[in-house]
Amino acid sequence: MLKIENLHARVEGKDILKGLTLSVGAGEVHAIMGPNGAGKSTLGNVLSGRDGYEVTEGSVTFNGVDLLSLEPEERAAAGMFLAFQYPVEIPGVNNTYFLRAALNAQRKQRGEKELDSMQFLKLVREKLKIMQISDELLHRAVNEGFSGGEKKRNEIFQMAVLEPKLAILDETDSGLDIDALKQVAQGVNALRSAERGFLVITHYQRLLDYIEPDFVHVLADGRIVESGDKTLALKLEAQGYAWVNDKDPALTGASA
Amino acid sequence: MSEAQRTPFVESLLEAAAQAQLPGSGIGWLDAARRENLDAFEAGGLPDSRMEAWKYTALRALGQRRFAAGDAQASARAVEMDGFALPGIEGPSLVFVNGVFRSELCRLDNLPAGLSLQPLSQALQGNAEPLRFALSRHYREGGDVFARLNAALAGDGVVLRVAAGAKVAQPVRLLFIGAPAGEAMASHVRQIIELGEGAELALIEQHVAAGVHQNLATQVTDIVLRQGAVLRHVTLQDASEGSTLVRHDSVQLDGEAHAAMYALELGGSLVRHDLHVVLAGDKSRLDTRGVFALRGRQHVDTQMSIRHEALNTASESVWRGVADERSRGVFRGAIVVAEGADGSDASLSSKNLLLSGQAEIDTKPELEIYADEVKAAHGATVGQLDERSLFYLRSRGIPLAEARAMLTAAFCRAVFEALPEDGLRDYINERLMAQLPSA
Repeated sequence: MLKIENLHARVEGKDILKGLTLSVGAGEVHAIMGPNGAGKSTLGNVLSGRDGYEVTEGSVTFNGVDLLSLEPEERAAAGMFLAFQYPVEIPGVNNTYFLRAALNAQRKQRGEKELDSMQFLKLVREKLKIMQISDELLHRAVNEGFSGGEKKRNEIFQMAVLEPKLAILDETDSGLDIDALKQVAQGVNALRSAERGFLVITHYQRLLDYIEPDFVHVLADGRIVESGDKTLALKLEAQGYAWVNDKDPALTGASA
Repeated sequence: MSEAQRTPFVESLLEAAAQAQLPGSGIGWLDAARRENLDAFEAGGLPDSRMEAWKYTALRALGQRRFAAGDAQASARAVEMDGFALPGIEGPSLVFVNGVFRSELCRLDNLPAGLSLQPLSQALQGNAEPLRFALSRHYREGGDVFARLNAALAGDGVVLRVAAGAKVAQPVRLLFIGAPAGEAMASHVRQIIELGEGAELALIEQHVAAGVHQNLATQVTDIVLRQGAVLRHVTLQDASEGSTLVRHDSVQLDGEAHAAMYALELGGSLVRHDLHVVLAGDKSRLDTRGVFALRGRQHVDTQMSIRHEALNTASESVWRGVADERSRGVFRGAIVVAEGADGSDASLSSKNLLLSGQAEIDTKPELEIYADEVKAAHGATVGQLDERSLFYLRSRGIPLAEARAMLTAAFCRAVFEALPEDGLRDYINERLMAQLPSA
């Protein structure tokens, strides 16, 4: 579904991704772990099309389409979803209104019929079973005054409503206490399906106790230096990231 | 000013004055006041940009234009009213077409107890003495040229009084309709509004267009709130593209009175709004909320001045501006805390969005404090939409243009959130969405 090949990207003139290659198939959950500064968030931002990230080499295809040539909204309509590490507060835009506008904008781009407010409310009620959000939060401005946990739950709720083909979770666990983490993980697990891929970006293994990955990749200095199953995450947890440096040819001075 | 320097503008309005048969003529003090203001208008003409109050609003082009004395058909002109209705607002109303009172379009039956509402033209036929103070004003300030003109030529308008203690439940609506009248014409409306002790009123003033025209409308409003009176005043300015509208509001707040003044500026080509408020009584309170959303070549200039003159007074002002295409917005907010007005609390926020490289917004908060123990804060910004918010919306599938419209509307809408009338808020949202660049 998602094919990243030899991806190089820079931010503000600095090379961050240096030849990242990764494939995510439908129904698979991939975890990307790595130390601070490895390029984890850059990967999420490049994939979702944020301004300021310049791809200098490599390619990304999403279900056969050149992802990098699409605008952010086109990527969303194609089925890509980014759960933000820091969800943005948008005063004055009602949460429910925003979500309906987003869903209908995607449907319109895909040539599907837009939902009227009754159909949309029915969908919202259904999705509330997956990720519980209080009525009050639904009627407030997007993320405005939400707690850290509420913001992350709102991201997962949006994901539930928008039903993406590929969801990228960018350090969704950061800033969450254990209860909030469990709630968010439950929401994600409820959305796992044979058609949907996940890319779970995280610094800590903790999240993976609750969202069990099929594959774990270690990202260091802009590329994947190790891939394995979920036991790799446990190894990282036990040994920290120091050993990763030995694996990284760039850091040890060896040529790739 | 010598004859030779007289602009076509001044000339045409002097001709109008010579022909005018104004209601109330023959009342000695009124004739004198009209005469004196007209003389001052004739002598002073239009100000230029060397005058501080008109620094950002050039009147040169207006000076070259002529305006007919009035619209002879105004009292009979057919007007389609449906488009001007406000959902849920069904209280008493006064309606004017090109400055002329239209009784058959008004709702004046069964006025609630304590509310007196009549057109100025009618009030002047009875005992005019209670209007003497307001109508005898001489606008000597150099910049008050349109108030002067209005004082000389206004023959109609609104006289509204709420008796002490009366709380008027339904909002009162004042509807000013501008209509094409063959040639560009000038109309002048005068409003005199007083709320007695402890009285309460919500007032909605609408400026709308029944067709595109290039008319000039001037309006002068005096509002007095006696001890403990509460007024919510909402102006929805949706005047015709091409038209010129100049409003001059003076508000006086006695002790513990509270005024909330809202303004939404969407229409007109050249619009000027002067809002002068004096917090004259202890513990009086003022909230001002305003938005301008401009496009094309619109020019809208708001000049607000607030004077804290008594103890423990408070004012909070929140203004937002959006300018697109080649439009220009001007906002000046001047707050003076006079000597002795200790314990005053004043805040002013003016935030503005430029949606085009050719649009311009000039905002200027001013604060002068001569008292002790004063809390005062002001801030003004001119900027662009937040990139992070735009990306967030786009990442959810909302196309760039729609995301921009959504954020811009939200930026403006927040200003009106405190309005209790749902229908009015919805109407404002709709009008904002229609005015702002859309997807």
